[in-house]
Amino acid sequence: MKKLLKKLGVALALAATPMMVATASAEGEQYVLVSHAPDSDTWWNVIKNGIALAGEQMGVEVEYRNPPTGDIADMARIIEQATAAGPNGIITTLADFDVLQGPIKDAVASGIDVIIMNTGTPEQAREVGALMYVGQPEYDAGLAAGQRAKADGVTSFLCVNHAIQQPTVGERCRGFADGLEVDLGDSMLDSGTDPSEVKNKVLAYLSANPDTDAILTLGPVSADPTIQALEENGMAGEIYFGTFDLGDEIVKAIKSGVINWGIDQQPFLQAYLPVVVMSNYHRYGVLPGNNINSGPGFVTADALELVEQHAGEYR
Amino acid sequence: MSETAQSPIASDERIKEMSGFRKALIRPELGGICGTIIVFVFFLLTAFDSGMFNPQGIMNWSVVSAQFMIIAVGACLLMIAGEFDLSVGSMIGFAGMMIAIFSVTLDWPVWLAIITTFIICISIGALNGFIVIRTGLPSFIVTLAFLFILRGFTIYLPQTIERKTIIGGIADVAQGDWLAPIFGGTILKGFFQWLGDNGLIETFERGTRAGQPVVDGIPMLIVWALLLVVFGHILLTRTKFGNWIFAAGGDAQAARYVGVPVNRVKILMFMFTAFCACVFATAQVMEFGSAGADRGLLKEFEAIIAVVIGGALLTGGYGSVIGAALGALIFGVVQQGLFFAGVESSLFRVFLGVLLLLAVILNTYIRRMITGER
Repeated sequence: MKKLLKKLGVALALAATPMMVATASAEGEQYVLVSHAPDSDTWWNVIKNGIALAGEQMGVEVEYRNPPTGDIADMARIIEQATAAGPNGIITTLADFDVLQGPIKDAVASGIDVIIMNTGTPEQAREVGALMYVGQPEYDAGLAAGQRAKADGVTSFLCVNHAIQQPTVGERCRGFADGLEVDLGDSMLDSGTDPSEVKNKVLAYLSANPDTDAILTLGPVSADPTIQALEENGMAGEIYFGTFDLGDEIVKAIKSGVINWGIDQQPFLQAYLPVVVMSNYHRYGVLPGNNINSGPGFVTADALELVEQHAGEYR
Repeated sequence: MSETAQSPIASDERIKEMSGFRKALIRPELGGICGTIIVFVFFLLTAFDSGMFNPQGIMNWSVVSAQFMIIAVGACLLMIAGEFDLSVGSMIGFAGMMIAIFSVTLDWPVWLAIITTFIICISIGALNGFIVIRTGLPSFIVTLAFLFILRGFTIYLPQTIERKTIIGGIADVAQGDWLAPIFGGTILKGFFQWLGDNGLIETFERGTRAGQPVVDGIPMLIVWALLLVVFGHILLTRTKFGNWIFAAGGDAQAARYVGVPVNRVKILMFMFTAFCACVFATAQVMEFGSAGADRGLLKEFEAIIAVVIGGALLTGGYGSVIGAALGALIFGVVQQGLFFAGVESSLFRVFLGVLLLLAVILNTYIRRMITGER
């Protein structure tokens, strides 16, 4: 019994060593970036790289935090926690306004500066008292994509939604439908996040609705398995295929002509710019007067080389 | 435990002599108590100056622990009765969504929405229990089915009715409702304002809440957690029904032979677990003002982990509510404490796994001491 407790103590002490190092090296300002993404979402790797680079260049310390399962209520607790820890600034997404507005307003009221990044709207950012909003307005991006697809002659579509619980992501589908001037109806597919599940659901939808003109995927999580599905049923390159966000597989597919275009919201800028803006604000009191739109940018087969080189890392 | 049934006679030849030290060691809470001390010492050493132990910080991990406690009490009693409920997390999402649909979409008064939701959830709990008893299937499978069924409805209903997966605006309709503050309100506001006015806790620096204390009261969530822990503990250790719970989980057949209504006990415990999940959901919805389809993901495992850390056996018949509450406290403090200590957040699961493993090893060791098996 006692032996076991001793072992427990030793194990915990060992586990503590790397932590001490992590907390002791604070020199510049301290910032916390809170995201709504579950651990499984690889897209956020670019965000982590973005804050790491910005932190290094500006000489500040930026920590990344997220709710492991993507539960927004847990995210609210993380923002409350960050507020209690008292960093110089918090950079956060605004995935659910109702849930997060309270904790964010409390952070602002206790003297911590906040920048909203990625999800949310400029209006919401103003309402919670944030300095600014850095990101891609989701509905507008979907609308622009829809208008582009309409110009290319698309009349019906399938929207593969891997984040059905996240209303802001669904706005992309709604914007796309409005851009095409068609009713969203049953075109939005709740695909789940498991790759083989996504693939099979897409295959099933396409064999049930063979006259579908176009596919819109909302990120690598839904795009990668969809590419596989299209290669399997022979519709790759045949069907009009657009996607949000970039990743290794998406870039390859754009190159080979399976995907017509990818919408890059340039997550790197969403992570990098808030850190830079905030450090300069805290050091010299300078702040850009406007919100920053990091996207949308359409990436097509032309000029893909640079994108390809940094996909999944900085793109 | 049968401690309560002990006769007041000083020595009974039917009861084996046991030293006080050994008695203390075989308490199911022992692992939880040791763990709590270790965890607090650990974070006091590594994260003391990080804000973890200022009023805001304490409130932060207390609220998170209280959330775990609410579902852990239900899961604990059910596990002692020998069954599992894997539908707790989905039930939380489902209950929240029901309240949102009734109150926002259908415009019912909030108190009616809450009461109706409680009735629906407890009925589903009863259905869970009924199916388990009637079919004799493991509760693991039956409630796993409900994990998917309830989550499916939680996504499908708002999608069909409102064309979105988060329903907000509950805070507005709950204004002035008599039942809503019992779940989402805070108590002792005046006391905390007094603390803030006298400089005992910090106040907000700017904005519309400037001058108000950073912690404005004890959330009802914590009150509910404490009430449920006290209720569960008394029920388990001080009543006949508590003995029935142990008996039903220890050996159901033997319990039936001595006249314990095993089926009734088990079904009631399923209903109580559903009730706890519903309390969790209602408090969350009333605090945050919206219900989302992703609420409560994986909470069933978090409840089970808290109960196991607290010393209950997965096989049933052994455990304690106080232990489960301490397990929930450890879980909450570790989860939030790692953030305070500045640990890379992806390592959280590693710590969770290590914690679980250590707790189970410790508890297995204790059980061997009791049963004498080697």
